[in-house]
Amino acid sequence: MSQVSLRRKKFNLFDTLNILFMIVLMIVTLYPFVNMIAVSLNNANDTVRGGIYLWPRMWTLDNYKYVLNEATIFHATMISVLRTVIGTLVSVFCTAMLAYTVSRQDYVLRKFVTLAFVLTMYFSGGLIPGYLLIRELGLTNSFWVYILPGIIGVFNMIIIRSFIEGLPDGVLESAKIDGAGDFTTFVRIVLPLTVPVLATVSLFVAVGQWNSWFDVFLYNSSNIDLSTLQYELQKILQTSNTAASAQNAADAFAGAQGGQAVVTPTALRATMTIVASLPIICVYPFLQKYFVKGLTLGGVKG
Amino acid sequence: MKNQPVSNISIDSTPAPRVTGIRLFFKRLIQQKVLVMMSVPFLLWLFIFKYVPLWGWTIAFQDFKPARPLFDQEWIGLETFRFMFTDANFHLIMRNTLVMSIINLVLGFVTAITLALLLNELRNVMFKRVVQTISYLPHFISWVVTASIVTTVLSTEGVINEILVGLGIISDPVLWLARGEYFWGILGTTEVWKNVGWNTIIYLAAITTIDPGQYEAAEIDGANRFQRMLHITLPGLKPVIVILLILNIGNILESGFEPQYLLGNGMNAEYSENLDIFVLKYGIGIGDFSLSTAASVFKTVVSFIFLFSANYIAKRLGESRLF
Repeated sequence: MSQVSLRRKKFNLFDTLNILFMIVLMIVTLYPFVNMIAVSLNNANDTVRGGIYLWPRMWTLDNYKYVLNEATIFHATMISVLRTVIGTLVSVFCTAMLAYTVSRQDYVLRKFVTLAFVLTMYFSGGLIPGYLLIRELGLTNSFWVYILPGIIGVFNMIIIRSFIEGLPDGVLESAKIDGAGDFTTFVRIVLPLTVPVLATVSLFVAVGQWNSWFDVFLYNSSNIDLSTLQYELQKILQTSNTAASAQNAADAFAGAQGGQAVVTPTALRATMTIVASLPIICVYPFLQKYFVKGLTLGGVKG
Repeated sequence: MKNQPVSNISIDSTPAPRVTGIRLFFKRLIQQKVLVMMSVPFLLWLFIFKYVPLWGWTIAFQDFKPARPLFDQEWIGLETFRFMFTDANFHLIMRNTLVMSIINLVLGFVTAITLALLLNELRNVMFKRVVQTISYLPHFISWVVTASIVTTVLSTEGVINEILVGLGIISDPVLWLARGEYFWGILGTTEVWKNVGWNTIIYLAAITTIDPGQYEAAEIDGANRFQRMLHITLPGLKPVIVILLILNIGNILESGFEPQYLLGNGMNAEYSENLDIFVLKYGIGIGDFSLSTAASVFKTVVSFIFLFSANYIAKRLGESRLF
């Protein structure tokens, strides 16, 4: 025992270097975000002079005003919020319901259902067959293409199932004896008891919904009313990759603002980047305590 | 379906003595109609969204014309595959896919394991938690945002160029993303920046299962911290490492799509275009559905072969395995 306590007290070169390394890691992780915030809060024309690192030189909210007043971007943000909220609620409820049925050891279709779902983790039809299917189903040019293909997440189902199987047997049995039906048991007993794992899964699904742009590009790119924030940012990124088109974009902004360019492509990109990542940065620390537990449980038992 | 074990939860107390398997199955199916209604609609969903597209693999063996109905296409056998495997462009794509995949695999493993070991050596719990929270964050940020950040950091007035010019390592700012030879390095670094923290979670969880008695014994034997890390923690992580390695080797052709698409441009295409970009470019861009699907089929088949081979080898070596 004395050996162990001796170890605790000794603080050597290794510890110092380790802490220094961790500090560098945190700086490298956070600096790009801090820099983006600084650029987004700095006067766009002033930013062109360079030298903006951690703090804005000429404070302004013009970039944000511009972004939020732009009808397209505002509408795209609404669609992003809508698909995140609806998509997450639908997917988590359905996935949890399915997970509950396959967690029931006495369910006759348990093995068949589980196998049918797990198999799909190892193959997919690929891009074109998937695209043709969505087209044949008439889901192109529709909001529902963001929701329907993702109703069940197989990996999430496994995580939730493992969690339910880990619950004490007595809880579900006593509900049975009280005469509750399977659906009532699920809604009244299982859902409240699985809140920690549902929080984890909700975080994964919500982040996935909020971050996705490829389905917009593939199925709804011709309809600006169904565009999302990430897709609008992606379009800005693609155009600013070539200097000439960036200049065109800047000219277009200048035109819209009556001759004076108040927003440059650099400032616009930084502002959009912050708008697109802010909800995640805000929500994530609160859910963090749940996800490590939920993930390791699913990983170990799944 | 084999007969199910009689459960402890089920209420049917007196099973009829001589019912056949099929009748018992249907009897219980009716008893469990609520459970059936709670799961079978999703089976239907699964069939439509996941199994029906498999039918689309036939496109790879047809001279597919989108204008014609799905059932009225001309079959050409393996012609598309023959064309694909002899195409010089496809060879380049395969090289890029494999190189980027291997870079991601090796870098991903080495950095995550190293970081997990170092995190485990931190003594201040609060500090450790702060580092973890911050290092997980980029995992949740979209690839679009990440690409935007990378583009900014690597631009001519970006921080990388400023530092390198300031230190006198380069005399003029370099347009990093326009130089194809740097693309693989940029991609590997970006992947590490985004995912290294997240990837430590599973290793840190595995470390907590190592018996603390082993550390005490090693300490009494005079092992220093590095020796303990090397001879206790690392071997303790071996089962997890092997499982993750099998899974990742199965995904060897899965070198990523979003970063290559978002950071790729005409000037680095020779290095950035991989199999997924190929599938998209030929499928949606050019409209050659047959070639695009052939590439998808090839990818899935190779993934299966690699997954099973890696699993078999692990089994023969007496290591933990997936199935």
